[in-house]
Parts: sequence; C-alpha cells; structure tokens
Amino acid sequence: MAKHVIATLAEIPPGSQKLVNVKGRAIAVFNVAGELFGISDACPHQGGSLAAGATVGLTTSVKPGEYCHSRPGEFVRCPWHSWEFDLRTGQSWCDPRKFRTRPYDLSVELGDTLIAGPYVAETFGVSVEDQYIVVEL
Amino acid sequence: MSITDAIDCDIHPGVPTIKVLLPYMSDYWREAFIARGQDGFQPASYLPNSPISCRPDWRDGDAIAGSNFDLLQKHALDGFGSRFAICNVLYGGSFSISETMAAAICAAVNDWVKAEWLARDPRLRASIVVPTQNPRLAVEEIERIAGDRRFVQILMPVALDMMLGKEHYWPIFEAAVRHSLPIGLHAGSLYRYAPTTNGWPSHFLQDYVGNNHAFESQLLSLISQGVFVKFPDLKVVLIESGVTWLPGFLWRSRKTWRAVRPEVPWVNESPIDIVRRHVRLTAQPMDGPADPAVLERVINQIGSDDMLLFASDYPHWQFDGDRVLPDGIPSRLIEKMARDNPLATYPRLQETIQ
Repeated sequence: MAKHVIATLAEIPPGSQKLVNVKGRAIAVFNVAGELFGISDACPHQGGSLAAGATVGLTTSVKPGEYCHSRPGEFVRCPWHSWEFDLRTGQSWCDPRKFRTRPYDLSVELGDTLIAGPYVAETFGVSVEDQYIVVEL
Repeated sequence: MSITDAIDCDIHPGVPTIKVLLPYMSDYWREAFIARGQDGFQPASYLPNSPISCRPDWRDGDAIAGSNFDLLQKHALDGFGSRFAICNVLYGGSFSISETMAAAICAAVNDWVKAEWLARDPRLRASIVVPTQNPRLAVEEIERIAGDRRFVQILMPVALDMMLGKEHYWPIFEAAVRHSLPIGLHAGSLYRYAPTTNGWPSHFLQDYVGNNHAFESQLLSLISQGVFVKFPDLKVVLIESGVTWLPGFLWRSRKTWRAVRPEVPWVNESPIDIVRRHVRLTAQPMDGPADPAVLERVINQIGSDDMLLFASDYPHWQFDGDRVLPDGIPSRLIEKMARDNPLATYPRLQETIQ
C-alpha cells in the first residue's frame, strides 16, 4: 500500500465531493462535515459515476407513516438508479450482501509528511502547513 | 391432469335469488327487499348466460350457476375427489352502494352458507363475505361469524372504494389477524368505478383481462403502505388472478423500490421477499402459453414453491374435462399446491370440526 496525494483539503470543503483518478482508478471523494470518505466511483450496479450523485442521510422507519432520519450526508445516491451507498462501508442499502462499492481509506496529512505525488509540482508556492488529502492504495 | 384428495381453494356456490336469503334477514330487510322487488344481484363479471359463469356440462338449465347443492356436490366434491372445498360466494353484498344493505346481504349470505351448504357436507368450508364499504361493519360481521371454525377466510373483491393498503381498511386487517384468518381478494370489483386509469372499457374482454390492474395496484398498495409491517402475521390470497402476471410485476416493483426506498422507509425488505412470505395465489385460471415448457419457466420465476394453491373455480368455465391443472406445472409443486400450501395458508383446515 502506498499513499497518494489526491487533492488539498481546501479543494474539497465540507459538503462537497470530487472525482479523482489515482493510478488509473476513479475514486469519488466526499467531505462530510469535515470527515473524508472515498469510494470506487463506478456504481457496482451498472457503472454510474457516484461522484456525480447526491449525498443524503439515512432514512429508516419501524412504523408505516413515520420517518427516522440519521447520519446526514453519509450516503450517496447513484445518479443513474438512485441506489444508496453507505460512504463508510461502501455497502448498498437495498442489497448489502450483493452490492458494495469499494471504500478507500482516506486521511488528512500535513504537507511535510507526504510522499511525492501528482500534486508535488503544484505545491510550488504553497506553504508546508497546507493540508493535503491523501489516499492509500 | 386430475388431482384427487386435493383442497380446492375456490368454488362458487351461487345465490339463485334474494328470496333464499330473506329467511336469514332481519324483519326490516326482509320487508325492504320484498317492497323494493329487487333481485338479480349476481356480479356483472359472471352474468348468468356468459360462458365464463358456468361450464356447459355443469349447467342446470336456466338455474343460476352453482345454486344447486346436489350438482355442486356431484361435480365439485365427488367429481374432483376433493378433501375440502372453500366456498367463495360472489353476490351483491360485496358491492352494494348502500353500506347497510351491503352488511345485511353479507350477513344473510354467511348464514345461508352455514345452514344450507356447510351443514350438508363436511367437506365444505367457506369465506366470510364482508361489507368493505364500511370497515366498521365489516369488522362486526367478522366478529359475528369467526367463531364458526368452518369459516377459513375473509373474502372481498380485489377492486374496492380505494387502495386497500390505506389505514381506512386497517380495522379489517386487525380483525383478520386476531382470528388468524387470511384475506381473500377475488377478481371483481364494486362495479361502479372505472376499472382502468383511462376510463371505462367497452367490452367484457377488457374488463375481465383488466382485473390484473386491480391485483397489481392493490398488492402494491398493501406493500407500500406498510400493511405487512403493521400486521406481520397477515396473509393475503389472490383468487382467480391468473398467476402468470406475477413475476414481471415483482421484478418491476423491486427495481423501482431500490431506487425510491427512502420514500417508503418502512418497506425494509424487497417487495419480492414480502410477497413470498405474505401472499398466496389460487392457480385457477392459469393464464399460460400453449407450450407447457414456457409455463413451467414462468412458474419457476415466481421463485417460491409455497405460493400457489390448487383450485377448480367451479363452476366457472376455466378448463374442460378433468384437466384442472394445465401441463407445465412442475411435478414437485402439485402435491404442495393440492395440500401443503392450502393447509399452511388456512390453518383452520387442520382442525377437526365437531
């Protein structure tokens, strides 16, 4: 496993998401209230781009007519067929056994601990205190 | 092929005239029907001379189909060699516009079935016909009759005043579950709403085939409104629906549910799993192609061996001779359809009647 810089933290502020490519893999990156998630961009159903999907919370219910909403923003709905994927685990909500998208571990690391990656050239003039989003794969 | 010692889950004794029900009515209603001179409350789906109403060799002159006990005994019970047969009386109480008239006719039919059918042959069982036009009155009728263990189901037409899953009807489900009685939805309606979303069809052909719309909409309403979540012990039987529409409908329902799940979050499992657990279908008629191999594939696409129930639909003309089941039904299913599935669906059938 190696760490790759995929963006600066400022490029993906809370509530936003971005499609990045690392070593030929398309990864959808989400910033949910400061917590970062990355999942394989291709929806395991028919390949829609999850980076283009809307993020939503989890809606459950134990009683007809009542709605329980939790985990705001922690799910993405594929833009093609609206399937819900848990950003934490990659699991499809409707059929968790059969469909999951691969989650990637993301972490935020300070500039001076990074291994050189695609942004190295662009860090010119950027201070070492800048925070970078790093993916491990 | 013929099946003996089966449990026939759909036969239709016929009410010959309102006059046979008058003895079972209150003084008020007896007087009312005599004063009005109203009769002929057979459902429009089964008009007396239409071929579907009665197979030619079962006809008894001009008599209303199924109204002769001796003939029903001879054809449906002895003729098929059935162990039990469930009487589903299709008559005006189920679709009266007046709620109170509906209740009066339903009650009279249930008492008539008890006295003049169930009492005369121990192989007969029956459904409680109820006035869905007023759920409170329907519950009253269920409470009045359910103690007689020969009544094994609650019967209503599939198409009603509104979507069956709405809370308006929940008191009926609550009573059904309390008495461990399945709800039987039979092809037909109240005969006063357009049967399609595009208005009234001009021909019986359209009306009869169009029953599929009603079965699909009502089934999806029960699922979407969470009826099976609220009433986890409820079983629903679709009677005379044709069966083969089911797989495509299930695929479409599941596919759409996956996309709009947060709209109905109480539907916490696939509609297909819900249907396999809660819904059963009588297998008469079976709307199939000429090729038995194709019919077998379609039946296997339902994906459960527990769902089909043997039925003759006597005296409706659905088959000739003793070909009560079409070729193509997988042999592993026949025993289940004829005995296991009906016994599991109608637990009261397992009781010894004193």
